[in-house]
Amino acid sequence: MKISSRVVVIPQENIDTDQIIPARFLKVTDKAGLGQHLFADRPEFRALIGGGSQVLVAGNNFGCGSSREHAPWALVDFGFRAVISTSFADIFRQNSLKNRLLPIVVDAKTHALLQPGAAVTIDLAAQTLSIDGGPTVTFPIDSFSKTCILEGLDEIGYILKQGSAITAFENRN
Amino acid sequence: MKTLYDKIWDSHIVVPETDAPAILYIDLHLIHEVTTPQAFTGLRKRGLKVRRSDKTFATMDHSIPTSSRSLSGFDDMAANQVRTLAANCAEFGVLLFDLNSPKQGIVHVIGPELGLTQPGRTIVCGDSHTSTHGAFGALAHGIGTSEVEMVLATQCLLQRKSKNFLVKFDGRLQPGVTAKDMVLALIGKIGTGGGTGCVFEFAGSAIRALDMDARMTICNMSIEGGARAGLVAPDDRTFEYLAGREFAPKAKDWDDALARWKQLPSDEAAHFDKTVTIDVSALEPMITYGTNPAMSIPISGRVPKPENEADAAALKYMALEPGQALAGHPIDVVFIGSCTNSRLSDLRSAARVIRGRKVSRGVRMLVVPGSYEVKRQAEAEGLDRIFKEAGAEWREAGCSMCIAMNGDAVPSGKVSVSTSNRNFEGRQGKGARTLLASPLTAAASAIEGRVADPRRFGAGL
Ligand code: SF4
Repeated sequence: MKISSRVVVIPQENIDTDQIIPARFLKVTDKAGLGQHLFADRPEFRALIGGGSQVLVAGNNFGCGSSREHAPWALVDFGFRAVISTSFADIFRQNSLKNRLLPIVVDAKTHALLQPGAAVTIDLAAQTLSIDGGPTVTFPIDSFSKTCILEGLDEIGYILKQGSAITAFENRN
Repeated sequence: MKTLYDKIWDSHIVVPETDAPAILYIDLHLIHEVTTPQAFTGLRKRGLKVRRSDKTFATMDHSIPTSSRSLSGFDDMAANQVRTLAANCAEFGVLLFDLNSPKQGIVHVIGPELGLTQPGRTIVCGDSHTSTHGAFGALAHGIGTSEVEMVLATQCLLQRKSKNFLVKFDGRLQPGVTAKDMVLALIGKIGTGGGTGCVFEFAGSAIRALDMDARMTICNMSIEGGARAGLVAPDDRTFEYLAGREFAPKAKDWDDALARWKQLPSDEAAHFDKTVTIDVSALEPMITYGTNPAMSIPISGRVPKPENEADAAALKYMALEPGQALAGHPIDVVFIGSCTNSRLSDLRSAARVIRGRKVSRGVRMLVVPGSYEVKRQAEAEGLDRIFKEAGAEWREAGCSMCIAMNGDAVPSGKVSVSTSNRNFEGRQGKGARTLLASPLTAAASAIEGRVADPRRFGAGL
């Protein structure tokens, strides 16, 4: 999986999932169409992210707060395939990977190079982020999640294959 | 030498962690209307059942009305979501505590109340404040909707182990200072990302001295410090709380459980990856001034100078100036409720301040019990009358103004003192300005119409 795109940048730390998608849009019973509500109450963020970019750059601790998976659903529906930050909140990172949205952690120096409009290529297999006219850096990603995304492995199917181990556990306890 | 977290983790491994995450067995899965419809749709598409409907319990809390128990005339989308949960529970055989059930309430309030939350259990829910249940020495954390589907289908979760983070609270709280102030002080110290990748264990003499409600308040906000879960080792208070509750073990099962539970506390020489110690003796009531829960000050303090653009933006949103005192700042709304502070002891402490006084003119005060059962007990003690006579609204149980999904919202630009857990921009309604505080501080502020130090209301607090 390779993503080549110009980046859009929201230069703010601690962007919580209430900012990504406010609670009043959580009354839905399916996942489709949430992109229209992305950053609904943050017009200043919304103004920064148009233009068909697939890569969002944001400040430290992105996705903190509520566990709502509506946040990655909205980002993906809007067209994003990766978010780059210096750190992510745990549940958001997990939710993103399950929706094939790459949470890419870089150090502060690399982060500073990612100015609005910078062209980047992300290569998941090689775990590299290349900045056009700049360096190529590697990024960490959970090896299992990487395999799931690259090979289209279904996590629930993976656990179900361990059905006998689960039953054995249940019988022991 | 193992920590409490290590012990629970080890005893729930179905398949150990390798290159792939561990497959962890889940003892209790709590579900609610907002984060489950897509999970049930997924289950249906796969043609799967709920593997252990006997370990799955549902309630309605986030988007329901708190003005009455009826959905008629209520927001169509929210009503649809609530009905979808009922239909899914009926189809998949999950026990649901619906709006007519005396066991309904905020998911994190009813779990403990019903005795479903027990020491040593693994507990998940599609809600980040699942960390609340850690107060009983259970490993409890929030999950996303894909994971809700995973647990419904398999009763397991793919999980990597977190780090152990010891949070020690020593010393004795002064009157008027509460568990809420302790946890706000902690988050202020370590920051909203301070616990990322970790599970907190709360220990120390000040934790031991807290009752179960207060321990829940602290564990509840673990997630605001970035940790997935927070734990308190079970002790006699824990066991006393659970004894006789509906879903707690009985007779011989109780004795067996007790013997197991007593093995849970961290071994004395267990290793923690990180440690922080806070002396609570000098702690004052805390209040937030910004737009994340780490932005807090003692009630006698002043709004600090912004250190970066984000801080400056937060102050602008809150319409506060650096150097300004918060005590005396005019307010419009007071909310007593949420899974942080809506249990009986919270309502009692707010009532102690309110009793015989009036809510300041122009202030709207909403008191929302965390569960039907809390409401019943509060009414049996006459707390409802104290609030109503003071001019506050006494509501039905639910999340209400904590998340403002159900129409209970703070109007744009208005200032609210709230006992909930998040002061994010727009959390209590678009443009709402939220100051997080304890029930005592919230109640004192309601009386004065301004941010007020509850210690002024006497020593009996
Ligand atoms: S009361 Fe607030 S924080 Fe707690 S579960 Fe409800 S919405 Fe979430």
